[in-house]
Formats: sequence, C-alpha cells, structure tokens
Amino acid sequence: MATAVVETGERETYLNREYGIKSWLLTVDHKRIALLYLIGITFFFFVGGFFALLVRLELLTPAGDLVQADTYNKLFTMHGQVMVFFFLIPAIPAVLGNFLIPIMIGAKDLAFPRINLLSWYLYIIGGCLMAYTILAGGVDTGWTFYTPLSTEFLKTNVITAALAVFVSGFSSIFTGLNFIVTIHRMRAPGMTWNRLPLFVWAHYATSIIQVLGTPVVAIAIVLVALERLFHLGIFNPALGGDPLLFQHLFWFYSHPAVYIMILPGMGIVSEIVCCFSRKRVFGYQAMAMAVLGIAVVGFLVWAHHMFVAGISVYAALIFSLLSYFVAVPSAIKVFNWTATMYKGSITYQTPMIYAFGFIGLFTIGGLTGLFLACLGVDVHVTDTYFVVAHFHYIMVGGTIMAYMGGMHFWWPKISGKLYPEFWGKLSAMIVFIGFNLTFFPQFILGYMGMPRRYWDYSKAPEFQILNVLSTAGASVLAVGYLMPMIYFLWSMRYGKPAPDNPWNAAGLEWMIPSPPSTFNFDEQPVVTWEAYNYDEIKEEVPVAQ
Amino acid sequence: MKEAMSDHNSSSEHVSSIGSSVAIWLALLVGTALTVGAAYVDLGPFNVVVALAIASIKATLVVLFFMHVKYTHEKLTKMVIATAIFFFLILLALSMADYGTRLWT
Amino acid sequence: MHNSSVATANHEVHDNPALLHHFATAEQQKDAASLGMWLFLVTEVMFFGGMFCAYLVYRYKYFGDFGSASQQLSIKLGAINTAVLICSSLTVVLAVRAAQLGKRTVLVFWLLATIVLGLVFLGIKADEYAEKFEKHHVPGPSFHYHELLPGQAGLPPADRRYANPSHAEMYFSLYFAMTGMHALHMIIGVGLFSFLTYFAWRGKYTPGYYTPIENAGLYWHFVDIVWIYLFPLLYLIDRHR
Repeated sequence: MATAVVETGERETYLNREYGIKSWLLTVDHKRIALLYLIGITFFFFVGGFFALLVRLELLTPAGDLVQADTYNKLFTMHGQVMVFFFLIPAIPAVLGNFLIPIMIGAKDLAFPRINLLSWYLYIIGGCLMAYTILAGGVDTGWTFYTPLSTEFLKTNVITAALAVFVSGFSSIFTGLNFIVTIHRMRAPGMTWNRLPLFVWAHYATSIIQVLGTPVVAIAIVLVALERLFHLGIFNPALGGDPLLFQHLFWFYSHPAVYIMILPGMGIVSEIVCCFSRKRVFGYQAMAMAVLGIAVVGFLVWAHHMFVAGISVYAALIFSLLSYFVAVPSAIKVFNWTATMYKGSITYQTPMIYAFGFIGLFTIGGLTGLFLACLGVDVHVTDTYFVVAHFHYIMVGGTIMAYMGGMHFWWPKISGKLYPEFWGKLSAMIVFIGFNLTFFPQFILGYMGMPRRYWDYSKAPEFQILNVLSTAGASVLAVGYLMPMIYFLWSMRYGKPAPDNPWNAAGLEWMIPSPPSTFNFDEQPVVTWEAYNYDEIKEEVPVAQ
Repeated sequence: MKEAMSDHNSSSEHVSSIGSSVAIWLALLVGTALTVGAAYVDLGPFNVVVALAIASIKATLVVLFFMHVKYTHEKLTKMVIATAIFFFLILLALSMADYGTRLWT
Repeated sequence: MHNSSVATANHEVHDNPALLHHFATAEQQKDAASLGMWLFLVTEVMFFGGMFCAYLVYRYKYFGDFGSASQQLSIKLGAINTAVLICSSLTVVLAVRAAQLGKRTVLVFWLLATIVLGLVFLGIKADEYAEKFEKHHVPGPSFHYHELLPGQAGLPPADRRYANPSHAEMYFSLYFAMTGMHALHMIIGVGLFSFLTYFAWRGKYTPGYYTPIENAGLYWHFVDIVWIYLFPLLYLIDRHR
C-alpha cells in the first residue's frame, strides 16, 4: 500500500491521501474517478461548444459563405456526436453519480471499483478515437449515422466515429451496471429503498436504460461498420435491405438515451428543491415511481423520430399514442416539485436558481415534445428548427442547468471549498438569458419552416433576424458557461474552506467532512430517518457565503 | 453412484448432482434431435412455431438448471431475466408493428 | 471528531483473502458479482437481440429466398455443433460442481474439456465458412448465387423458379454477422476459460471462493443459448420441401 502523505494536523482526505499522477490514473476511489471524468467531460464540452460556435457563425448570414456545405455537415455532426456521447450521456452519472451514490447509500465505494476505472479508460479511449476522427477530417453523417448514406456513399471517417461511439457506449454500460449492483447490494443498514434520496432513484432508473438500450445502438453501428468493411448488405437497398431497419435499431437506444440525459438531472433538482425550500419532497413514492415509469415507457416510443421516414401509418399511430403516455410521469415530477416549494421557506442560492431554470425550461421543452408527438404537427415541423429548439430546451435548458446546479450544490463537498456566491448567481442569470435568446427564436424559425442541417437559407432571407438573435444568445451563453470554469478553479486555491454542511441539507453526504476521507465513513452508518427530514433539521440555509 | 439432489457445500449454495446434470444434458440432446426431425415434416406456418418452442424449452432448461436459477435464493435474478426478455420482445414486436403493417391499405 | 489517521478504523482482518475491502461479507461480494454478471448477460441479450430483430424483419419479407439460402447450409454440421455446445455446457456444470466440492484436479479436467469442446465448435464453424467461401456465398463483390427456391426441384425445368440472389445475399449477410458474432463470443469464452484453468491449477479456487468459475459458466451457458436459437432459425427453414 502506498504511503499516505499527510502533513501534521491536516486531515486525511481523498484528495491528499496520495499524490502523483499514478495515484490518479490507477485509482479505484469512486471520488477520484469522478474527478477524472470531470476533466474529460469538461474538455469535450468545449470541443462540442466550439463546433456549435462555428455552426452559429455560419448561420449569421443567409448565404453559405463561411464554410463549404460538406464542412457544415461535419460541423453539426461533430457537435452532435461529441455533445451527446462524450458530454451529456456521461456528465451527471459519471461525475456526480460516481462521487455521491456510494456516500448517499452509506457505502465505502461502488460494487466494482476496478470496473469503474475501466469505464473511465473506455471513455478516454472512445474520446481519443473521436478526437482522431475530428483531426482526420471529421464525419458528416449527422450524429444519427443514417444508412445508406453512412454505409454506401460517404468517404469520410465513419468507421472511426462508429468505433468511438461503440467504445464509449461500453463505458456507459459498465457505469450503469455498477450503479445497479451498488444500489441493490451495498446500502447501509436501515437505508431501505423508501429512504433513498431521489438522486439515487433517478440514477437507478438511468442505469436500467443504459444496460438495456446501449447494446442495441452498439450492434446497429457495428453492422454499419461491417457493411462498410465487408460489404454485408443488411441496410443496402440494392439487396432488398431497408434503411429504416437501421433507424429502428438506432432509435431504440437513442430515444431512451435522452432519458439517460434527463433523469439524473431530475434527481439533482429533487435534492436542490427540497434543500432550498426546507421541505420534504411532495409525493416521494410518486417521484420514485415516476423515474421508473419514464425509464420503462421511454423504451416504447422510439419511432416517433421516424414519423416521416416511411414507417407505416398504423405504426405511427401506435408510437404517437405511446409518446403521449411518456409525458405523464415527467409532468408528475414537475407538479411535485412545485408542490414541494409551496409553503416552503425558499431561498435563492445559485443551485436553486438553476433548479428554477430547469423546471421552467424543461416544462417548455417537454410540452413542445408533445406537440411533436402529434402526427399532424410533426409532419409540418419535423426536420426543422422547431425540433432543434425542442431538444435543446431539454438537453441544455434541462440537463445542463441541472448539471450546473448540482455542481454548485455539491462543490463544497467535492472540493472542500466554497465558490463565490455572487459570481454563481450572476453566471446562472447570464446562462438563463443567453439560453433563451439562443433557442427561443429557433422555435419560431422552425414553425416558419427553416429546415435543420441546412447551411444556406438564402432562399428565405427573412429568417436572418432570428438567426442573428440566436447566435447572439449563443455568445452570451458561452460567457455564462465560462464563468463557473474560472471561479471554480479560483475557489480551489482561494475559496473559503467549506464546512461539512454549508447548506444545512439532509442526506448522508452532508454528515461527513468536506472533502470526504477516502473510505467516506469512519464507521458504517445506520440509517433511522426518512429522506429529506427537513422538519427535523432546525437550521435555515446559511445566507452569506 | 447416486448423490442427493441438494448437496451442500460450506457456503450453502446448491450443488448440482451429477445425475440431474446428465438428465438435463440428455433432454437437450433429445430436443435437438426433435428440432431436426420436425424440420422435415410439413407443418406449414407451424414449423417455425415448433422450432422456436423447442428452442425455448431447451433455453429454459439451461437457465433453470445449468445456470442454477431454479435453486437460487435471489428473486432479483428472475426479475433481471424477465426484464431482458420483455425488452427484447418489445424491440421485435414494435418493429414488426411497422413492417407487418406497411402493406396495409 | 475526525481523526487524522488514515481512515481504516473499520477494516478488520479478514480470514478470507479474496474478500475485497469495500464489502462487508463474502456473501455480499459473491451476490454482487453474480448480479453483475447477470446484468452483463442482459446487455448481451439486447446486443444479439438487435441482430435477431434484423433477421426477423428480413425473414418475414423474403421467406422463400431465405429458405433457399438456408438449404445451402449443412444440417449435419449444424446439428453436430449444437450437440458439441450442449456437451460443453454439461462440462461447465461439472466444473462448477467440482469447484464447489473443492476437487482441484476434477475442476481442471472439466475446464479443459470445455475448452476442447469450444475449439471443436470453432473448428467445425471454420470448415463451414471455408465451404461458403468456395461456393461464393460470402457477401460482397464476389457473391454469386444461382439456386432454386425450396420445392421447385420436382417441377419441370422450364417452370422452376430461382431464388432472388440479392435476398440470398441478405441472408448470408445475416448468417455471417450472427454466427460471426457468436463465434467471437466463443473465442472470448475459450480465452476466459484458459485463464481460469491456469488459476484453477494453481489452486486459487476453493469451496469458499469459486465465483469466477460460476460467473464464467453463466457466460458460457448464455453463448450456448444464443446458438440454441441460431441453429433452427438459420439452418432449418423450409427443410421439408
């Protein structure tokens, strides 16, 4: 066992227990692995953001004058692939989930710490493959890899991109598998299912989706790669193959994938809303069942991405109906967060601002999803900016807001330092304003008929003003995202040391020091209280930070 | 030399007896022979039903006996298996909801 | 309240050297490992499931042509391979039993038997693939197919209908994808069992700790089950004609 470097008087934490690059790259501590992921996903967030910036720059003018059409196809493809597979899917589970789940259930680590490290290495290998794909000239299939474009007609780096997604998919599968076993088998005495924080329930549901869905997209892209390499004709129309078969297999995962992206965010919001309303969650059972319901029903709706692709109208009717059903558990959650806040003592620290942003923007995103589930509307707005706005409201207005809220909420626990609250609030407001300025015009653009994935709209110059607003918004949004990067890093050196429980919040993670020691607990906790026992916690949330 | 059905080792996991293992093995081989034989009989659309039914019986025998699911104290294992089968069937059923109805007017 | 010593206050010395520090008991560790393997098998069900879905769709659309292509495979070799895998599942069961009873040499014997049977399967598969190469039934530029639909042989030559070669190529695409993926999993299984045989010979597995044998056994049985479905679906279409 490596010697622990502990200076006299300084408490041993997971950060100072060992130093050196080897102690990080060979760690099996779930908290260190969470930080390794944090570095990776932050890097890819900026890579994906860079591509978004170029897309929005091109769209400032109606003519395609910044880049070639083929290059534009590569820009939105790389934006999508990097953001979905290397940022949104792993971000909350692999950073906050990894860090917090063992602590929240009273365990020393995840069930399989070495597989946890393997997951990170698979993520990095996938990331390197994606980086290679970018440097080798990118790929232009759209993030969706549709056949026969991807199998027959493109000379670009489809196989390396497919391989990158395949490898990172296994990272996702192993993380999900680890979480499920951990939550089933490693809970401390007294931590029954009905006492679990909703953050844990949300990750449990997410993990079920990861385990069931990811392998199907894996086989779909393996078949694309085999078709390119060995001329197997499974999606080849010339052999009687059906391009829609690829879409069925692809969307069977990729629709539940959006629930992989949103459910962990919902878990975060539950934690934050309860803390900053000083109240138990309204309807704990309903909230827990709702995340499971979203996970299950989410697997039944995939062909709503294919309404105009050529599926039979009878299938379209079935999938449309099922898509309406999936909105119900999500709506229940929004109602219950609202009911939780009702007659609570609400304070507006940075995490709560992000949570409010999430609830409002997720509601808009979710409602517009229902519009899209309606066949008549979908025929009109599919493949337009309406769809783009819908999913960005959920993924950015929802997931990224929740992620930022969670990072601020748990930053003191993770780093042992307090971030500057004024800058936190300011960034949150800038993000909210920038976000709406970027994406609300896109609803209008889509409704007016602007297609997505088009690099030139010179036939409809009336679209320009809204595009300019959108690009302006994107710049504001970028500032809003850069600021926390700066002050989080600043706080690591200059921030005030954080107490164990800066928010007077409920939950096992707030009963251990900030930052935690390597094995989390000095003694195994025995849980005798219900979740969100804010009626027993007398103190208010400290106001001045 | 016959051994009891439920040997116990120190961790009180079920230990398969040689007799029961061989019995299942024989059943699987018989099933294979039946499948091949049935393929040569004209049952019309039921050929594939019979083939899949025999395959499913064989698979069930492997899961319950060879993979020890019959003897496990863990209910979760059965839930996990049921979940996998359910979602696999969803993939097939809803995909066929499209392909099976494409030619309907 | 927080001591400054390394937080190992609750680490007892365990009798069982195989017990990892983050588990409270050996049983918890074993249950966790078992659940982990079952969940991994769930991912494998969905992974192969995608290919079974593709197969279902195309068999439904091109039933006659698939029947014709299926008749190009050797039932004899397919049935032998099925029997080989069933025998290898038996040897796996006997290996697990030997581990549970602490019989080291018996364990090594049954592990080796499993590996041998796995290699036999792969050998027969390689032979079948070689035959497909010779007959130009491998999808791609060199594919050539000119065979009758099932049941046409009894008709006068002028009335006989031939299978659509494109759809036959589709069948063989699925054949190679599915059996190839299955064979890859067999190779991985043989590799796994080779490692286990080595460690078993070194005495690593005892009645108190044989989890890797049991979990590798689960994997092997799963690969067997995939073949149990592949055999009738690929080899036995429309054979009565």
